[in-house]
Amino acid sequence: MSAADDIATTARPRLPRGVRLSKDEARGGFVLLAPERIVRADPVAAAILQRCDGDRSLVEIIDDLCATYKGERSRIETDVRNLLADLSAKKMVEL
Amino acid sequence: MSEVRLAPPIGLLAELTHRCPLGCPYCSNPLELESRATELDTATWGRVFAEAAKLGVLQVHLSGGEPASRRDLAEIVAHCAKAGLYSNLITSGIGLTEPSVGLLADAGLDHVQLSIQDSGAASADRIAGYRGAYAKKRQVAQWVTAIGMPLTINAVIHRANVRRATEMVELAIELGARRVEIAHTQYYGWGLANRAALMPTREEADAAWAAVESMRARLEGVIVIDHVAPDYHARTPKPCMGGWGRKTLNVSPSGKVLPCHAAETIPGLEFWNVTDHSLAEIWRDSPAFNAFRGTDWMAEPCRSCERRDIDFGGCRCQALALVGDARATDPACYLSPRHDLIAAIAEADSAPVVAPDYRYRAPARALQKV
Repeated sequence: MSAADDIATTARPRLPRGVRLSKDEARGGFVLLAPERIVRADPVAAAILQRCDGDRSLVEIIDDLCATYKGERSRIETDVRNLLADLSAKKMVEL
Repeated sequence: MSEVRLAPPIGLLAELTHRCPLGCPYCSNPLELESRATELDTATWGRVFAEAAKLGVLQVHLSGGEPASRRDLAEIVAHCAKAGLYSNLITSGIGLTEPSVGLLADAGLDHVQLSIQDSGAASADRIAGYRGAYAKKRQVAQWVTAIGMPLTINAVIHRANVRRATEMVELAIELGARRVEIAHTQYYGWGLANRAALMPTREEADAAWAAVESMRARLEGVIVIDHVAPDYHARTPKPCMGGWGRKTLNVSPSGKVLPCHAAETIPGLEFWNVTDHSLAEIWRDSPAFNAFRGTDWMAEPCRSCERRDIDFGGCRCQALALVGDARATDPACYLSPRHDLIAAIAEADSAPVVAPDYRYRAPARALQKV
């Protein structure tokens, strides 16, 4: 099992203090701003991170993304898990 | 106007003051420190931050000197927040109090980066040239983490602490840091003046590097480790500043805008001041920023090198300081015809059995040997 598969469906991911998703007016799109880090968030990552408010659970986030983007659920779930596992290892998301 | 669109900067280092209660011998501030009387006022910094955000800057690093030496620090932070900029306070901790940390947080500060000089008090205080600094820093770390503010611990590595690099990572974890920066000394400003007192041996530097790297896997998800390599023991040069005039700008206490903090050591460069020009004009047109932009200025072996867009020929200030020519390949590069020089310096400076005393930083009129 990878770290991505290990995330509980009941986890309520959120951006910790000092990490924020910000609109990049000069270049377009979104960036994730963190201590000494600027990570460009593609539209998929931005859509996921906008929902990581510490309130919604992983399963609710996936439900919402499926409803909004009409995508294949297994693929959306994989995207969400991979992104959150990656950012969690970098201390940019709290699970 | 250039035909190729100039990419906007992403970061701005605001050197709010050159004043600092500490005297760290590796300090990268210039030997000629700017005086308090020449410092920009609060409103001018506010304008600079608004212009920076408009230009495309995303993060501001509030540095110095010691930024807490400015009584208007919370107002300065508030200006960053108002402009939508991510603000990072780079501090020694000296001058901060528990209430002032709270005020900075309320003003919208995003992150605190606190320096430590060593993992034990006696050595740390000697390096800083300030008794009680270590204890104060531990207290500041506690104030910062208690209110949930993200904390980075920054440690500069040199001869006096090189054997304790891993202990400083452990200390950062103990202090509740989310991120730790283990940075081998870069030799500029006071650091260059103190090189012979700071240079570790190659064996010491290599051992410290390997030991910290070996902690990475175990600490994933616990703390983020950023590791800055020892230049004089490198094979290829660092991509200094991510390329000259390419990603960041640096505003000095008096408002001079520099491509990097050591740029003033290069003779003949013309720096523009934020009191005379907008930041956008300076970024685009100031002679200093255009001096080493891109790759056209390069000579061989850089000009035809496949790494020219990766490391940009290394550091211009280091090329000047060591081989006397700011256009030369940084001698840290193994392709530099003067690469032997940097190894010879590293060996000579790390050699003495008794390390020379530090030359602690001080205002120009009171240069002292301690």
